[in-house]
Amino acid sequence: MTIVQPRKAIFPRPVAEQALAVLANDPVNDDYKHLVLQAGQPFTQAQPGQFFHLLCPSGDGLAAPYFRRPMSCYRADPQAGRLEFLYKLAGRGTRALGGLHAGDSLNVLGPLGKGFRLHPDWRHILVLGRGVGLATLAPLAEAACASGMRITAILSARRHDLVMSAERFAAAGADVLPVHDDDGSSAPENLHQILEGLVQAGNAPDAVFSCGSNRLLRLLQDYGRRHGIPGQVAVEQQMACGLGMCFCCVRPFGDAAAPEHRRVCWDGPVFDMQETHEC
Amino acid sequence: MLTGASVKNIDMSVQVGALTLQNPVMPASGTFAEGLARVFDLNDLGAFVTKTITHEKRQGNALPRVAETAEGMLNSIGIPSKGLDAFLADVLPFYAPLCPPLIVSISAPTADGFARLARDVSLPGVAAIEANISCPNLEADGRAFAVSPETTAQVVAKLRYATSLPLWVKLSPNTTDIAAVARAAESEGADAVVVANTILGMAIDTETFKPRLGNVMGGLSGAAVKPIILRMTYQVARAVKIPVIGCGGIGNAEDAVEYLLAGAAAVQVGTATFLHPAVMPEIIAGLRDFCARRGFARLSDLSGALREPAEVAVGENAA
Repeated sequence: MTIVQPRKAIFPRPVAEQALAVLANDPVNDDYKHLVLQAGQPFTQAQPGQFFHLLCPSGDGLAAPYFRRPMSCYRADPQAGRLEFLYKLAGRGTRALGGLHAGDSLNVLGPLGKGFRLHPDWRHILVLGRGVGLATLAPLAEAACASGMRITAILSARRHDLVMSAERFAAAGADVLPVHDDDGSSAPENLHQILEGLVQAGNAPDAVFSCGSNRLLRLLQDYGRRHGIPGQVAVEQQMACGLGMCFCCVRPFGDAAAPEHRRVCWDGPVFDMQETHEC
Repeated sequence: MLTGASVKNIDMSVQVGALTLQNPVMPASGTFAEGLARVFDLNDLGAFVTKTITHEKRQGNALPRVAETAEGMLNSIGIPSKGLDAFLADVLPFYAPLCPPLIVSISAPTADGFARLARDVSLPGVAAIEANISCPNLEADGRAFAVSPETTAQVVAKLRYATSLPLWVKLSPNTTDIAAVARAAESEGADAVVVANTILGMAIDTETFKPRLGNVMGGLSGAAVKPIILRMTYQVARAVKIPVIGCGGIGNAEDAVEYLLAGAAAVQVGTATFLHPAVMPEIIAGLRDFCARRGFARLSDLSGALREPAEVAVGENAA
């Protein structure tokens, strides 16, 4: 009986699954925690907007969730050998993550998906995000800064003390505008005025980016349409495999009358803003 | 059986009808996509099995399409398909440079539709056809072909006439006598049977009172189903002479060994790949280690090597 000898691999293999050591998992405020893992390649090669698929542990007397949980990358640092996540304690998966301590390990798969794309001709980008969505936009701001772009960052949150990562956006050289629900500054009408003010001042962005809110998506879609400004948005969806196999994370895109289903894990999670439907 | 077989000398190949596979591990239909090429060398696999294709374009079912359960997964994806033309243009070329044989999974709402699609995918580069007869049969009030020996025989007979490629028939566990269904497939010319598709199930969100699947009901897979499908594999392997391919909850090499011992010639791995995408090459390595440890020079000698008690009651009351 002959045994077929496999040929050499013909595809690059930039995705790995590995148990990574937890270096820290500290609260940022009442709602959010910051997870730091020790990681090498390919994990630290993650591009802004890409995500990892986490095998959440059991904890608090709860069985481990059966599926992995997708989470966008907050920071991938090849020099320090670190991979970081900023997450909100919400469901079963994130509560399980919340129980991790330094010295534990976490099984991580990634990096996955298609991240943000920065056109080399752009000189000024605007990021507008809310809540934990800002964790996804922070690495984008740093990448834009490294490419010599100016950044306007409008950071929205429920309360003043819940605005995430303002100092990180500021360190990336962004003009930071925190807005929140407490004083009504996060209201769509006010955001609309801020955005129109940029155009009137001759400071219109070349592209806009968002994550984490249907309301902000709607606002930026309208802004982009009226002023001819392209945009990208990172979206979320329940996932099982994370690699385009199972087709459970599809969302409608494109023509409202005859939308096309695309896989968030494989075709995204970052999509053209004008093609994205609300969810 | 040899003693002291060294890991590198073990013959891992298996025979599924006329097809020789370099090892017995392949993906279950719908749990494989080109994305896995980013994780491991696809040439390590025993075979490829495509996501089920249909002649026409299909959008798939309403969301949510999956729900997690205790050690398992419910799905009601609904066979989204870009249709035959897109398959031939986009999917088939991806496999052309790869070594393992390509098994194309097909589905249709009628027996004639199955036959037409089988004929249309009987092309160079396709090694075998897997007929997914667990889908609803529009000519039988929406009941799946695979629920009865009669409808299984009807569709397999038409498929057999339509293609000269090896024909694998994927059976459904949602039937009262899967061995009889397997015999019907065998008698109409199937070259192998795959045991089995998912078990129909349901889950409800107790906060919202809504079903946790958009389609209300869906197929259960994963570790939770393994004892049931393993039992069915055993029953089918005793009932037919054609090869049986085991598929249900396999997540490691020991699970695969159980299926081989129960009579499977090869195995398919599905849901486990969603949790650990490199699980298939790990299972292959684990099977090799198992053979070395237990002194099997040929992995295929494990198939059907179950040691049964002298008297075993096989039937509904066996307990």
